[in-house]
Amino acid sequence: MELESVKNSGTAVRLTEKKKQTAKFSLWNISGYGLLYLFLGLVAVFQLFPIVWLVLFSLKNNQEVFNLSPFALPKTPHWENYVKVWTEGNISQYFFNSLTYTVSAVILTIVLASMVTFAITRMKWKGSRLVLGIFMVGLMIPAHSTIIPLFSTFTKIGLIDNALSVILSYTAFNLPITIMILLGFYEALPREVEEAAVMDGANIHHIFFKITLPMTSPVIATAAIINMIYNWNEFVFVNTFISSDSLKTMTVGIQNFIGQYTTDWGAIGATLVICILPILIAFLLLSNRIVEGIAAGSVKG
Amino acid sequence: MNKVMSNKKAIIIYVAPAFFLLLALIYIPIIQTGYFGMMKWTGIGVKEFIGFDNYAQLIKDTLFWKSAYHSFLLALFSTISLAGYLFISIILAGKVKGVDLLRKIYLIPMLLASVAIAQLWLKIYNPNNGILNKVLMALGVSDPPSWLADPKLALYAIIIPIIWQYAGFYILIYYAALKNIPEELIEAARIDGAKPWQIALQIKMPLIMNVIKVTIVLAVVGSLKYFDLIYVMTNGGPNGASEVMASYMYSKAFKEFDFGYASAIGFFLLVICLVVTYGIRKLTEADKEIY
Repeated sequence: MELESVKNSGTAVRLTEKKKQTAKFSLWNISGYGLLYLFLGLVAVFQLFPIVWLVLFSLKNNQEVFNLSPFALPKTPHWENYVKVWTEGNISQYFFNSLTYTVSAVILTIVLASMVTFAITRMKWKGSRLVLGIFMVGLMIPAHSTIIPLFSTFTKIGLIDNALSVILSYTAFNLPITIMILLGFYEALPREVEEAAVMDGANIHHIFFKITLPMTSPVIATAAIINMIYNWNEFVFVNTFISSDSLKTMTVGIQNFIGQYTTDWGAIGATLVICILPILIAFLLLSNRIVEGIAAGSVKG
Repeated sequence: MNKVMSNKKAIIIYVAPAFFLLLALIYIPIIQTGYFGMMKWTGIGVKEFIGFDNYAQLIKDTLFWKSAYHSFLLALFSTISLAGYLFISIILAGKVKGVDLLRKIYLIPMLLASVAIAQLWLKIYNPNNGILNKVLMALGVSDPPSWLADPKLALYAIIIPIIWQYAGFYILIYYAALKNIPEELIEAARIDGAKPWQIALQIKMPLIMNVIKVTIVLAVVGSLKYFDLIYVMTNGGPNGASEVMASYMYSKAFKEFDFGYASAIGFFLLVICLVVTYGIRKLTEADKEIY
């Protein structure tokens, strides 16, 4: 709803701007706009350039990295850098682990957060605002202030060096922001459908799973992609809780891996590209949802 | 309707699992951190209760205060950079075609894993073959700095990629807020003869003040607990020159196995973050409801 009005006002702005532009067509305006574009373009170059450079050197061998200009393309792209890191080290294992942890935590987080948000926004009970507040304060707690007790507790109950410690931590720490993203959508849902279902004698679980949850699928998609990005990129929990190489994720695994290859720029570049590629692809496909999710998850009155 | 929708048992079933996870993995641990902070403890074996000794030690620990100073410096630079992001957002929200593409491009660094970003910037700063020094040498600088290895530069050399990484995030937030301003207000001001910069400073800025406050809190708190890039790029070095609170705490715990002292730092970090959040909100509360 909110976003729609944002979009509408956006087109309104553009329309009035267009009128202005044609009305006041002057040299000053042209050079002014030129400067603005130049400035915004430079910012874009600054933001993108390191990543482009990374992709370039991931396809070079050392000789080309050291001797060619940094902006030059390699004569023939060295795809074997990618083959080498994917087959020689544990990168494929790390990649698979990242995927498993990410997906498990996303599913768990979305289900639990949806249940809480449903109870807070659709059901009537005293203390619902208090409970919401307790979840929201979780947004402000630094992970570092919990990590020693978590390490100690996971050790005690045998979950250290176990995928569960990571998945549960991801879930707990992402619940607040996920609820925040879901909240606005749930509050805007019409009550009539639920009322009709109650009239028909549906019980609460039927209403949640069969009626409300399916209606929230757009916002679930948004929340899921945001969760996915956070989990895929997470570092501290895995670095602290996981010691076996076979259980490490990309972010932690590549640290050791790169340590072994310090002088092989192509191999390092390829490893880093493999690490960021899933997110880049998700971004290309779902950039609108990502933008929406970040906006909804960051600012709320 | 009411009977179904206020069914106590159902409410418990829907809230309890998430609530339990939140308590077990966030709230109980922060209480434990405060408690462990009063122990002499290596992480394994017995904890010995020493009262507030760790906290007393913390107050006298110059290395810690140095790292705290660095954290606040990062917070300061992050907050100052907000002005730049706001400036860019005002341009984006007002004048330009292709806005969507631009602000999406700006966002990309924020979506990528910090540790990958860190490794990439290690390469950028590489004294011999990094792109920065290659460009500097091509421009005629004969003896370019060694950046991360230089104690005077290391911290600033890390602050740049941190600011680079989060630029798109804040631009996105400001842009959304600016687009929410009713067009009639801007139009009315324009008809009254207001200049673009007057509109920006006297109409747009006050209208998005709430959002600006939130971003200040996010930037300050995010900086105070910042860890990832520093841990990977310098691990606080050279010789503590880029140490921040979180990296100091982490090496006390998992390198020196001084879990008691590290817990005290962790608890202090928590208190600072909460106090700063509360403080900024209180300080800027006067003009709360503008819309």
